[in-house]
Amino acid sequence: MNMRDKEFNASTGGGPGGPADAGERNLAPGTDSPHAEADTGRAMGSSRPHESARAQVAGSAPYVDDIPEVKGTLHAAPILSSVAHGKLRGVDAAAALAMPGVRGVVLAADIPGDPMLATFVGDEPIFARDTVQHVGQVIGLVVADTVMQARRAARKVQPDISPLAPILSPRDAHAAKSYVLPPVTVRRGDADGALKQSVHTMTGHLEVGGQEHFYLEGQVAYALPLEQDQWWIHSSTQHPGEIQHWVAHALGLENNAVTVECRRMGGGFGGKETQAGHLAVWAALAARKFRRPVKLRLDRDDDFMITGKRHPFAYDYTVGYDGSGLVTALKLTMLANCGFSADLSGPVADRAIFHADNAYFLSDVEIVSYRCKTNTQSHTAFRGFGGPQGVIVIEAILGDIARRLGLDSLDVRLRNLYGVEDRNVTHYRMKVEDNILHPLIMQLERDARYRERRAEVAAWNAKGGVIRRGIAITPVKFGISFTATFFNQAGALVHVYTDGSVQVNHGGTEMGQGLNTKVAQIVADELGVPFERVRSTAADTSKVPNASATAASSGTDLNGRAAQFAARNVRDNLAAFVSGLDGCGAGAVSFAGGRVTTPKSTRSFDEVVKAAYANRIQLWSDGFYRTPKIHYDKATLTGRPFYYFAYGAACSEVAIDTLTGESRVLKVDILHDVGTSLNPAIDLGQIEGGFVQGMGWLTTEQLVWNDKGLLATHAPSTYKIPATGDIPAHFKVSFWHEANREDNVGGSKAVGEPPFMLAISVWEALRDAVSGARADGSAAGMPAPATAETVLRALR
Amino acid sequence: MESKTLRFIRRGELVALDNVPPARTLLEVLREDLACTGTKEGCGEGDCGACTVVLGEVEGGALRYRAINSCIRLAHSVDGMALWTVEDLAAGDGTLHPAQEAMVRSHGSQCGFCTPGFVMSLFGMYQNHVCKGEAVTRELAQEELSGNLCRCTGYRPILEAAQEMAKLPAVRVNEKALRAQLAALRPAPDAGGYMRPASLASLLALRAAHPQAQVVAGCTDAGLWVTKMHMEFAQVLDVTAVEELRRVERFANHIAIGAAVTLEDAYGALAADRPQLKTFANRFAGLPVRNSGTLGGNVANGSPIGDSMPLLIALGSSIVLMSARGHREMPLEDFYTGYRKNVLAPDEVLAWIKVPLPRQDEFLRAYKISKRYDDDISAVCLVVNLALQDGVVAQAGIGAGGVAATPVRAVQAEAALRGKRWTADAAQAAAASLRAQFQPISDMRASAAYRSEVLGNLMQRFWLESQGVQGINLESITISEVSA
Repeated sequence: MNMRDKEFNASTGGGPGGPADAGERNLAPGTDSPHAEADTGRAMGSSRPHESARAQVAGSAPYVDDIPEVKGTLHAAPILSSVAHGKLRGVDAAAALAMPGVRGVVLAADIPGDPMLATFVGDEPIFARDTVQHVGQVIGLVVADTVMQARRAARKVQPDISPLAPILSPRDAHAAKSYVLPPVTVRRGDADGALKQSVHTMTGHLEVGGQEHFYLEGQVAYALPLEQDQWWIHSSTQHPGEIQHWVAHALGLENNAVTVECRRMGGGFGGKETQAGHLAVWAALAARKFRRPVKLRLDRDDDFMITGKRHPFAYDYTVGYDGSGLVTALKLTMLANCGFSADLSGPVADRAIFHADNAYFLSDVEIVSYRCKTNTQSHTAFRGFGGPQGVIVIEAILGDIARRLGLDSLDVRLRNLYGVEDRNVTHYRMKVEDNILHPLIMQLERDARYRERRAEVAAWNAKGGVIRRGIAITPVKFGISFTATFFNQAGALVHVYTDGSVQVNHGGTEMGQGLNTKVAQIVADELGVPFERVRSTAADTSKVPNASATAASSGTDLNGRAAQFAARNVRDNLAAFVSGLDGCGAGAVSFAGGRVTTPKSTRSFDEVVKAAYANRIQLWSDGFYRTPKIHYDKATLTGRPFYYFAYGAACSEVAIDTLTGESRVLKVDILHDVGTSLNPAIDLGQIEGGFVQGMGWLTTEQLVWNDKGLLATHAPSTYKIPATGDIPAHFKVSFWHEANREDNVGGSKAVGEPPFMLAISVWEALRDAVSGARADGSAAGMPAPATAETVLRALR
Repeated sequence: MESKTLRFIRRGELVALDNVPPARTLLEVLREDLACTGTKEGCGEGDCGACTVVLGEVEGGALRYRAINSCIRLAHSVDGMALWTVEDLAAGDGTLHPAQEAMVRSHGSQCGFCTPGFVMSLFGMYQNHVCKGEAVTRELAQEELSGNLCRCTGYRPILEAAQEMAKLPAVRVNEKALRAQLAALRPAPDAGGYMRPASLASLLALRAAHPQAQVVAGCTDAGLWVTKMHMEFAQVLDVTAVEELRRVERFANHIAIGAAVTLEDAYGALAADRPQLKTFANRFAGLPVRNSGTLGGNVANGSPIGDSMPLLIALGSSIVLMSARGHREMPLEDFYTGYRKNVLAPDEVLAWIKVPLPRQDEFLRAYKISKRYDDDISAVCLVVNLALQDGVVAQAGIGAGGVAATPVRAVQAEAALRGKRWTADAAQAAAASLRAQFQPISDMRASAAYRSEVLGNLMQRFWLESQGVQGINLESITISEVSA
């Protein structure tokens, strides 16, 4: 039966969005287009839909769990600790083994290689051995014929655990000197002396909650044994190279025995940087033990219980400031709740230090960062990677200074901004060379009518009443580069086939951010071929080796450039070949619009490729890129850790209900700096999506661990990420007009993480509304997230 | 126990599956048995919408389309229906359906994992609104997509796609052919592990014969017993096909809502009489849950944080229990005997919920407090229904959720108000009575102190609203009030 009757007629098919402009459209009507699209025939700069969009909407874009299973595939489910801290005396699996379909269990004793995961610090066991260190720690696996058989049986396994006292908060950990890594201090000037000289001082505390990634696709790995003790791992991972290394290490093999592949992830956000590695190692160990392919897909609740989250932070500070709100001294202690192992906590906590200035010059400052060990999940990378935890504390401090002095918080922020000629060196001794903060904020202030709206909000609040409003502008200055300098390298392969079609492969991974689309755009323009001729393929450790994690917002900067260089090598080969044919210099050969042009002739790209192949010219190449200029001293955290900064600012207006503490975001205006956008639609998606994710972190997304260390919010029924109703009706995003001042691919800037921190404007606006409702005008030390209960408490 | 053959229509063809266990979910059948992996599992509990599919049934001679969560829907419950998954929308030549094309053009997919679910919710909207010539507004899109979570986009492009799909070349389901196919799918006799009787008499007979069978309706909670608690049902008795229980019937003084009426339809009927309930209705889970779950299921399940019961109690509703022995009727609140415990006998089922029609003088408000505005479970739910005659409380109905082990009637506050003049002091006294009667617990949703404080504050809000004070609800703060 034909399921439907198609009607293609003018009355239903015409109008905007009809077939006439079906091929290419920037943004649908009704949105504020950040960039009017110029039709240059170039791929870069155009709003290409995501390279997988058509497959995704048709359900034909496979994720790891969708890969057809090899015959004989078994399924694993994790055995979890139900105790936060204790001695693991044994594991009784008899009941599980008696259940239908169960093939067996995998425990620490089944690990042929090192029983510790091959992390940098090496402090995390693959499976808990003598002790358990958090509720949800994986003790082993049950392997069965079906997923549900494995999951049912895993609950029947009885670990014998004698409880020990757990440490559940970073403050308790700090009091007990329980750390995963030693403290780090960064100093400039004389904070103590400057505090004594300061006109005003303020002491405060702040607690900021963590955040579950809630990638829609949960963690999953599929391990397949190959010939001669080789392994093929399908993993939903941001870092295939790390998976390869971890799996080989656990199996006691060399890296060359393991191939890891990832075509796409259903979201990553940092949660699949290291955390995917655990799954892959576990699946591989099970596959090795049973000599069968094994798939491990976590149930959502187990995913919450096992994997790390954004680090919750606690802060204590004393700040000195003058009557204009200028910060004259700052002493700041940061307590990062790292969970039970180091994982990426060192660099996360470092980045929190690097971003504790956000956009502001701190003359005399001392920041001490403690990496607290608690009996919770091991917290990990999450979009912003400690940056948000740095930015939020300085924004809270400036907001409170403004409230204390009765000044507009924007004026206090402007007063403290980095200068261009002076006051332009960070507390970690990096000169801020590309500062656009002041003009950017000024433009946003004007476009959002901040001053008028500030007056309207004040007038509204002066009337009293149940609903109070608040407004805030907060900026962001985010350092781009991995702080681990050696990660700032990338490789790519560009293959041109004899029909002129192009395949590009690079070390980056696609988690939805549009990396493959941007890279294909870059390659298309480098070769002067239409975008449609370029296909991206799965990240694969057997193609580009030793690739860094796709993280730190650097995916396009690094891999895009590497792919550009690879394409350039092929183009150079072709140019040399054509210049020989036409007797011109290679520099006189141009590639554009699918044509190769010399002063003498124009040929189609396909024709040139065919002829070059026949003449034995190499039609494929690698490309390699390493970020220039960066260096820093890991001991003192000083130097130039970042190639450049990405900037932005947001103006958010909110309303709160003083009877219930509920809140609503009413209006958001954003002006953000992506340099010259490679793809405005994708960049807009990153800005909007990052902002909303940040909003969630600071409003509804509350992680609640109970007094036994059990994460009580372990599913979307209890852990609430933003839904459709949470986004403001007025949500306007504009792009800053200037190219990256550093030489970066296409003049662009990284965009994955920086917009996340723009959501701090929502939190500051909520604090503004709370202070607008309180008799004393203070914000009463409101912690994050600002749930209804938190807001109501702050109002009292 | 052997189950009867599961049959449904997909892509215009009959799909017939044997030996599907009673507790197998529709998502498992799709992904594992049929190898159709376009539909995704995001949470396994009906909270994220990645698994959304659309069901078609003939009701009143017309096709009804419902987007539902396949992860918690038992596969056998779709027997005799039409089913669409994300793989079924594009034309044979690959031309995308408007729901899909609009998503591509609006850049509505990033990681793409929630996308199939959104596309299916959009397809449901397309069938239910666009095909009927109704505009999809931003507000409608927001309401109907609140059960689909996206972690990448921030939703703006998806809401835009919802509004854009009507502008694309129309695509229509051949409903005539489909109705004929569905009509040919005669229900099989009720035998075996999964029983889905079509008549009340048959239901009662089966209930009497199989008192150990798990009774289910839309499975929006019982589905989690399977996916999260790993229960296996040997025998399931599904009430959702019982013709008598699928109706809302109007009488002189009340409406009778059959226990198998979906939450969406039941709240539609309630809001038809009391338009002020529309917001409350929209905040009950997401549309895919309201499309599957039933009012009877919500009541029989008896969760202390279910939102229907405080409302029904405040409205003075009663319920009718039936067995082959006969029927009995009681006030809703008398149904519950403890945490998720009730008075149902082993051979009894909940058959109807009887809701009195509004009085001329009634003033009703339903309040829900949760961390997230949409698709969340109440920390506190309070429904207050006062009949006010000449400034005196002639009748008081107050139901509360999230404050005790069962849904409860706030008898102390009602008593404090009944017959009294409706004044600020009376409202204060009622607030104090609410706080005195209930000792809520602390959990991950809210602390006891917060629940208690808000309970009273909501009575304060009710007072203000009864006095015509405007602009005291966040949902009433529209963008126009906040100058552009």
